[in-house]
Amino acid sequence: MRLLEYQAKSLFADYGIPIPKGLTSTTIEQGRKEASELGFPFVIKAQMAVGGRGKAGAIQKCHNADEFELKYPEIMQKVVKGEKTRAILLEKMADIKKELYLSLFLNRSKRCYTVISSSEGGVEIEAVKNQIIHEVGLGMVDAKVAEEIGKEMGLKDKALAQFVDILQRLSKVTVEKEAELAEINPLAVLKDDSLVALDGKMIIDDNSMFRHDELRKFQEVSELEERAEKSGFSLVELDGNIAVVGNGAGLVMSTLDMLSDNGGKAACFLDVGGGATTDTVYEALTLISKMKKVRGILVNLYGGIVKTTTVATAFIKAYDAKLVDVPVFARMSGAEADKSKEMLKGSRTKMFDTIEEAINAAVIEVNKNG
Amino acid sequence: MADLFELLIGKEGEKDYKKKPVIVQGITGKFGSLHTQQMLAYGTNIVAGVTPGKGGQKFEGVPIYENMKEAVGATGAKISIIFVPAKFFLSAAVEALEAGIKLLIAIPEHVPIKDALAVVELSKKNDAIVVGPNTPGVIIPGIIKIGIMPASPFKPGRIAVLSRSGTLMYEVSNNLSLANFGQSICFGIGGDPINGSPLIQAFDTIRSGANIDGVVVVGEIGGDAEEMLAQHIIDTKFDKPVVAYIAGRAAPKEKRMGHAGAIIYGTYGSAESKVSMYAKANVPVAKRPAEVPMLLAGKLEKGRNK
Repeated sequence: MRLLEYQAKSLFADYGIPIPKGLTSTTIEQGRKEASELGFPFVIKAQMAVGGRGKAGAIQKCHNADEFELKYPEIMQKVVKGEKTRAILLEKMADIKKELYLSLFLNRSKRCYTVISSSEGGVEIEAVKNQIIHEVGLGMVDAKVAEEIGKEMGLKDKALAQFVDILQRLSKVTVEKEAELAEINPLAVLKDDSLVALDGKMIIDDNSMFRHDELRKFQEVSELEERAEKSGFSLVELDGNIAVVGNGAGLVMSTLDMLSDNGGKAACFLDVGGGATTDTVYEALTLISKMKKVRGILVNLYGGIVKTTTVATAFIKAYDAKLVDVPVFARMSGAEADKSKEMLKGSRTKMFDTIEEAINAAVIEVNKNG
Repeated sequence: MADLFELLIGKEGEKDYKKKPVIVQGITGKFGSLHTQQMLAYGTNIVAGVTPGKGGQKFEGVPIYENMKEAVGATGAKISIIFVPAKFFLSAAVEALEAGIKLLIAIPEHVPIKDALAVVELSKKNDAIVVGPNTPGVIIPGIIKIGIMPASPFKPGRIAVLSRSGTLMYEVSNNLSLANFGQSICFGIGGDPINGSPLIQAFDTIRSGANIDGVVVVGEIGGDAEEMLAQHIIDTKFDKPVVAYIAGRAAPKEKRMGHAGAIIYGTYGSAESKVSMYAKANVPVAKRPAEVPMLLAGKLEKGRNK
């Protein structure tokens, strides 16, 4: 789960990491109240789970009420890289002397946490120069290591002492909240040499959520995603018009790739999981029937232990319930494939021996229907 | 490091050669019981199960113990497979490793990273191999199956398959089998960000196997395991054919594609980055699973003509 800036900052604040004074709203009425409480000037920041907001105009300075009336709705409407604004953070401007970069992230290949820091922050991580990288095991950073890192960045005196404190607090929030990433970029050095987190990003390990009820309030899932999660599916909604369903994340990704290679566009990625049953496949079809944009369904099932007839039964049930009214292109490999073909004869499900054939047919049919 | 083939097969002359004893943790659960039956049917020598509260009972003739210490004490098994829900995985894995298990197959999906890291630390200390979590397991076709994979895609042979995905391991192995490339071992790395045996380590456990003519690596987006492996192949001058497949080329950035580990941040984890590193290591990447045997045949042919 990727936290929005204001959410990450609220955790930072809980752990004593200094942040600028700010208020979050979702309507302009609420925003106006907050603006008068905060006092001009301030920064209007779109809260969305994506980088590059500044460049896209989703973060703007605001000096007076007229500007506010213009910019608030504009920023509320912003869409950056497909991500919509979910809330607006109004934040006091800081008197910045220098921008640093600081993050703790899970290094997957080394199987440990890593601190990345730089005295040249404020740009996206790929562009951050002079990165200083320290491996820190399970994520805890002690004062000695923090001081080493701060000195390597060229920090001194008050700024160094503050940096050491912030890094240790960042490490604590990362470990305790089970984050894969906690990033402060920029970590600003102000005119008086004090440090403040101007931005915040955290990604929480989804698999640890069962022991973090306190973070549930940050969870934002669509109705479809919620139902999918309940059934143990993975669902990612996409822009196209062909729903892609299969068992196993790798297999569904692979199907998505081949569909895209053949000029098709996926409406979703739906992995029903390793142990597909009649009920789970039926529920998957129910979810897809709720996606208006779907013009066809592409099914790639590698049976084995799962019998394909289990799946075919779900389709027949779905046709009986008039759940599916778009053509279905299926490749079902594994036990009882012939029997499944027989069962689905004359229905809107076309069965294919290979996924390549199923994809070709799906793309042709869906394009024909426009 | 413990020797994987020796753990799985043993040495000729040993009385349990090709019949290495295996313990199933969570043997009476829905998933555990189904796959215990499947593994027994394959010929895997399952000697004990563990389910707290059911010690003394039997499942399919296999005695059940209260805990791993008792199960290992009674059987001397060095291999265990875990089927417990993710939130109980850490304690089950710690129990197994502390009881002396040297090869731990971790099936559960949705294990928290913190717990996986703790198990990795303990396995290093105890010189044990952990496969997974979120793995289909390991199979040496015709000899031993420790996992949830169906039996039908796999045939005995001389190609090693390493895979970050379960169903793709079946799919690719099936394609290989149909093309008469049997497998010496199929090893499920797991779809999580933290693997008990990361790709490089899995590669190193099988690379020196005498029964290997080539390696197929089934990868996916997320992390940099493929990039690291490509560099490792270059650095260690591995000279047998390696062919790769990568799922997720069409996946959007910053979206988790089913597997906890299948996510791209910026360029970190992108398919392009993996393909270009593989190119440097002279490892061809198949566009689709069905292309893998063709690329492998090409590489083996070239090897013979050298």
